[in-house]
Formats: sequence, C-alpha cells, structure tokens
Amino acid sequence: MLRDITLGQYYRADSVIHRLDPRVKIVATFVFIISLFLVKNFIGYLVAGLFLCLCIKLSTVPPKFIFRGMKAIFFLLLITMVFNLFLTPGEALLSFWKIKITKEGIKLALMMGVRLVFLITGSSLMTLTTTPNNLTDGLEDLLKPLKKIRVPVHEISMMMSIALRFIPILMEETDKIMKAQMARCADFESGSLINRARSLVPILVPLFISAFRRANDLAMAMEARCYRGGEGRTKMKPLIYKKEDAIAYLVLVIYLALIIVLGRILFS
Amino acid sequence: MKEMIRTDKLVFEYIRRDEEGNVEGITRAVDEVDMSVSPGQFIAILGHNGSGKSTLAKHFNALLYPTEGEVYVDGMRTEDGEHLWDVRQEAGMIFQNPDNQIIGQIVEEDVGFGPENMGVPTDEIWERVDESLKAVRMDKFRKSSPNHLSGGQKQRVSIAGVIAMHPKCIIMDEPTAMLDPTGRREVIRAARALNQVENITVILITHYMEEVVDADRVFVMDKGKVVMEGTPREVFSQVEKLKELKLGVPQVTLLAHELRKSGVPLPNPILTRKELVDALVGIRNSRKK
Amino acid sequence: MSIVLSHVNHIYDEDTAMAHPALIDVNIDIQDGEFIGLIGHTGSGKSTLIQHMNGLIEPTSGHIFFDGKDIGEQGFNKKTLRANVGLVFQYPEHQLFESDCFKDVCFGPRNLGLPQKEVELRAFEALSQVGFDPNYFYQSPFDLSGGQKRRVAIAGVLAMKPRVLILDEPTAGLDPKGREDILGLISSLHKEMKITVILVSHSMEDVADYVDRIIVMNKGRVAFDAPPKEVFSHYKELEEIGLAAPQVTYCMQDLATAGFDVDTSVTTLQEAKEEILKALSKC
Repeated sequence: MLRDITLGQYYRADSVIHRLDPRVKIVATFVFIISLFLVKNFIGYLVAGLFLCLCIKLSTVPPKFIFRGMKAIFFLLLITMVFNLFLTPGEALLSFWKIKITKEGIKLALMMGVRLVFLITGSSLMTLTTTPNNLTDGLEDLLKPLKKIRVPVHEISMMMSIALRFIPILMEETDKIMKAQMARCADFESGSLINRARSLVPILVPLFISAFRRANDLAMAMEARCYRGGEGRTKMKPLIYKKEDAIAYLVLVIYLALIIVLGRILFS
Repeated sequence: MKEMIRTDKLVFEYIRRDEEGNVEGITRAVDEVDMSVSPGQFIAILGHNGSGKSTLAKHFNALLYPTEGEVYVDGMRTEDGEHLWDVRQEAGMIFQNPDNQIIGQIVEEDVGFGPENMGVPTDEIWERVDESLKAVRMDKFRKSSPNHLSGGQKQRVSIAGVIAMHPKCIIMDEPTAMLDPTGRREVIRAARALNQVENITVILITHYMEEVVDADRVFVMDKGKVVMEGTPREVFSQVEKLKELKLGVPQVTLLAHELRKSGVPLPNPILTRKELVDALVGIRNSRKK
Repeated sequence: MSIVLSHVNHIYDEDTAMAHPALIDVNIDIQDGEFIGLIGHTGSGKSTLIQHMNGLIEPTSGHIFFDGKDIGEQGFNKKTLRANVGLVFQYPEHQLFESDCFKDVCFGPRNLGLPQKEVELRAFEALSQVGFDPNYFYQSPFDLSGGQKRRVAIAGVLAMKPRVLILDEPTAGLDPKGREDILGLISSLHKEMKITVILVSHSMEDVADYVDRIIVMNKGRVAFDAPPKEVFSHYKELEEIGLAAPQVTYCMQDLATAGFDVDTSVTTLQEAKEEILKALSKC
C-alpha cells in the first residue's frame, strides 16, 4: 500500500552500523567519498573496497538491497566508462576507423567505474542504515556552524522532516484524486503528449489546493503547540556520542591514513 | 477562584475581499460573546458550520485576537504579548483533521514536540511522553508511524501531544467530525477521562448532540452569538428551538418530544433510553391503578 | 439494468508478504431502481467494493456483470461503464478543479466526447437537479460551503446521466443541517429520476429512513443483505461488528423487555411513536 512507502530505502535491522550516531555515518560517508578521489593506484582501491565490504558485513544488510540502487545508475556508469575508454589519448591498443582504445583509456575507464560503484554503494549503505529522521537530525547538528553565516539550518531540517511525513499522505491523496477523476471518465493514458500533460490538470489542481490547506492547518497546529523556531528548543532524542562512535571515528582515521600512505605515497 | 477562560464582549470581524483585493464587506464571525468557564468543567459549544464556534475557539489559544472586547485565559489577557507562550501552554488545542496536526514521523516523537518547543529537559520529556501516551492508552503504539493509525487513534495521539505540555485546559475543535462512530467514541472517552481523572478543563466544540449529554454546561452558537446556554438538560428541553437552529437532537429526546406533543405526559427533557423507558413504565403503572 | 457480483475476491498486495484480503467471496445482485444502503466501518471493504462496481479496481478472482456482460472481459468499454455507474467519492475536494462550478460539471460529459452544446445542456440540467443556486454557477467551487461543494460534485457525476449512482459517505464532515439536506436530495433523485442509488455510510440512522435494502460489510464479507427491519433485528450481531442499530430500535427492545406490547422491528421515529401510542392506549 502507498502508505508503506519508505523514503530513502531504510532497511530495518539492529547492527553496529545501524546503532552508530548519524553524524558518524554522514562524516564517514563524506570521508570515504573523498578518499576515493585521493586514491591513485590499485592497492588504494583494494583498501577502499575492503573497508566497504567490512562495513556492509557489519551492517547485516543483504547485498542485494545494496546493489538494487546500482540499477538506477547503470546507464550513467556505462556512459562514463565508454567516454573514458574512447576519449583518453595515449598509447593505442586497438584502433579502427577514427576510434582507438588506449591503454590509458582502459585504465581510466576501470578506475572511474570502480570509483562510481564504490561511491554509490557507500552512500546507499548510509541511507539503508539510517532512518530519514535521524539523517536530518545528524545533518542539522553537523551544519550548525553555518548558522553563524545565517543559514537557517534548523528550519531546513524541520522542512525536511515535515516533507518526509507528508509525502506518503500526499501520494495516497493523489491516488484518490485520480480515481475520482477516472470515475468521471477522465483518461490519463492515451492521446498525444500534450493531451496527456493537459489531462494532469484535474489531478494537480485538487492536489495543490489540498497541500496548501494542509500546510495552513499544520502551521496553526505547530503554533498552538508553542513552536517558535529553533531558539530555546530542547530535544527529546538529542544526539550524544557513545563509545562505539569514538571507536568508529578512530577506525575512520586509520582508514584515511592507510589510503594516503598506501594509495598515494608508498606505491606512486 | 480564577476563571479558566473568560471572554468579555468578544467581537471578531474579518474583511472579505474579492479577487482583486478590494474590500467587499465585513463579516462579524463572533458577535459580543460573554463566556466564563471555571477550572475543571466540561464545556460543550454547539452550533452548525459557520456559526462562529471555531473562530471563538481560536481566541482561547491566542491564534486569533479579538477585534473588540477581551479574552482572558487563567487571568492572562491573550493580547498581551508577554503571556503568549504561557497562554498556548495552558490552553492546548486539538483540531479537526487528524492528519494535519501530527508533526512527528513516529508517535512518541510527535508527543514530544510540544515539550521540546517549551524547552523541557530531555529526561523530563521522556517522562511526559510516557505518562501522556498512557493517559490516552496509546502507549502500545509509541513506535508506530502515525500513517498506520486509524483516525480515532491519530486524534488520541494529538491529545497526548497536548497533555505532554501540561495544560490546564484543552480546547477541542470538532475533533470527531472526520471520524467514524468507533473513532468518535474513542476520542470522547479520552476527553472525558482527562476531565475526570486529570481534572483538566475541556471545551468540546462539536455538532454531534450525543457527545454533549454529559457536559457540565452547553453553549449553543448561531450567527456569531451565544443563543442558548445552560446544562444539557436545560438546553435539550427546548427541542423546537434546537430544531429551528438546525441542530440534530438525539433520537430518544426527539421521540419523547413527539410523544409529548401527542399528549403523553413525559418529563422534559428525556436524554437517555433508560429515562424514556422508566417514564413510560411510570405512566403505565399510574394508569393501571 | 443490473449489477451482479459473483464470487468476487480482492486481495491487496497479492504475492507479497503484506497480502491481505479486502473482499472475500462477495455475491451481490443489484436490480434497477433499488435504493441500497451499504454499511460497514472503516476497513470493512465497502470502499473497495464500490470501486469494483465501476471498474476502478479489478477483482483478484470472480466476475462482475453489468447488464449481463462481464466487465472483466477484453474489449469491455470501461468509459461507458463509468458513465452508467456514477461514483461520487467522499470528499468533493478531490474532484473539483475548474475555475467555476459550471465548467467543473462539464468535465464528465466532455470526457464522453459529446458535442459542446450537449455537454453544456447536461451540466445545466445536472446542476438544477441537485438544487444548486444558479447565482453560483459561475463562482469558484472552492469558495462554497461543504454542503454546496458536495452538490457540485454530485452534479459532476449526474451530468454523465448514470443509471446507477453510488455515493461514498456523502455526509461525512457535514453538520446536521447539511446532512439532512444532502440525504433529502439523494432520496428525491432516487424518486424523481428513477435512478438506482447505493448510499455508503457508517451511520445506520442516516440510511434507515431512506433505503429499502441494507448491505452490511464486515471484514471483507457481506454480513447481512436484507431490508432494514430485518437487518436491525440482528442488532446484537451488529454491535459485535462495531455497528449499531438506530436508537429507536434499542428503545423498542427496552420497552418490550419492560413488558410493553410493541413491535420491536421498527426503524424510524414515526413508526416508533405510533407503536408506543398504540401500546399505551392498550394499558
């Protein structure tokens, strides 16, 4: 049913990775992505790959869930690889007509491919093990310094969590509106592209009106419950670093050191 | 003793504008209402849509301010900005649409929303959330997503969210209008428990007559004015006037009224089935003698 | 004209772990000109059931026949079916979208591909049938009161000239006056236009005064399908499934227990009054 759709594909489990503070996971993902761009050789990728596998193992998320995200970027992956393969100048291995495949090209294409796969896997692992709610909390906390330059960090995170709450409700509503219009013989499936776009009007108008009404109601309900922005607000579930989080940070530092030493200096 | 809520010649007007923003006229939604509610009472405000009852209710929580006259909540004038947050904490509000007043994505987080805003320390928020969810008997669902609850359950979560702010008074603006009979019963039962067990003043706004039979005092509104006021018994004894105001009278009361018109000497009013049967048995026994 | 449901089952999310049945072996036969009340509480399957009748949802198994033809068959014209079996959903806000009421009512007939003149004629007729004030024809439907919005929504379906009109909780969220008005309107549509009406509700009192047959749904099954008097005589079973008979039915039961000679099968206020007067005169 529509109400069961979870955003960000959270996989419910109780693993070490799931229990980590969201801030640790966000920082770790960030560091991991940067590390991928620091790596210059095969050993570096091996270290990154092993690190990723370790995290997946610890998270208890079945690999098929992780690779499901890969389907969506398959074409992007393919295009990136093809471009790199054919457009990198260097020592030609194969050439026919104007196209040539170079040694450097193969190397670069493989590197880009692996990099992209690791990147997606790493960030999916974060969204799979962190609830959207925790993710917004973590982001809000990490972005706190930006408040000094007047970025409305609290407001943005409040907006995100409200959106997360209302998206399933609005999806269900869209379904009801579509049915109500179909009961009046509306046709959304046939006709030219322009006609099809036009046939969306009877769905969009009621949907927008309803969304505005809900927003209005919600604003009033929040005000009635003493909401007045982030100032002076306490948290029911404040983010507190635990021992595991400290260990995780330590592991992360070791990983980064390994990448720099092995991937850049030692074998370059 | 201080009154929980008092209104003094309360008037609320809003300006109607046409599509270009030109003034079309002024509508008086609330018209010189004097009302006084003592702490611990269960008050009902009846009236059909557009009678001004919801507009009135929004004044009790400082969501609207009077055009003329004054509103006091626990002795505080709502228009004095310095009391704003005290007023909103003391007079909690439940709205009609259960979906549009739940902010949290998990039941317990929603209940904690009010206390968070008030700056309550974390440990105390947890205590408050626990006791509030127990008070409306929703503690089993604390980890659920609000999207998976029934309408009645959602309204109970909203009520818990207000209780967690430790209010002295709860204003419920047609909390049952969008619910089915089962949901309606759940919500009314929760409201009554709050009033009796926690001694919180309840102001219930509704158009279902059955829900107000047990209230301490009933106000009936029409065209912005309070047109009837009294105990449910006093109000329900005027069936003709209620019908004129297009308010649905409970079927038993209506049946008794019809019988009375046909010459059966029944007491006025009859509010429950038991009263009707007892009265008819009384009549039969007296005839047999 | 008839709608026949034969062994209809519907399972949501079939073949997944979340599969749950919404309709279980439903057999219903609806004849021309009937006025039916369809009752059940939230989640009883009544909404799923009515959406089967105009082909918005297809059964997982079983057949639905409209005028003797299986609507699940290849090539069955769904558009004609939906024009013939008009379905008005619970909230008018879900269907109103045009800048004025008249245009909104035109939406249905225009989708049927009728010439513009015919479309406008039908819209005009439908708005008059629901007693909509002509002064508001060219007003935005969003500024109307709840009761008026519902009238426009009903007109929007009537303009397709359906032979069956299904209304999903047409009185939800209305005040007593609005409720009475809408129910009165539906009843007069039934009488004057000789249209078959299926009224979905969770309130027995709402339907008891109007309909001549009640179908009670419970957990996806048809629990009762009989005239009101007969259905309400099962008031104890109704209570078990979270529904209640009208208050007068209980009054009569109480009176009978107290030794009055009254007919306990009455369902309306008028009948109850006459019964009590009769019983009293015998004393």
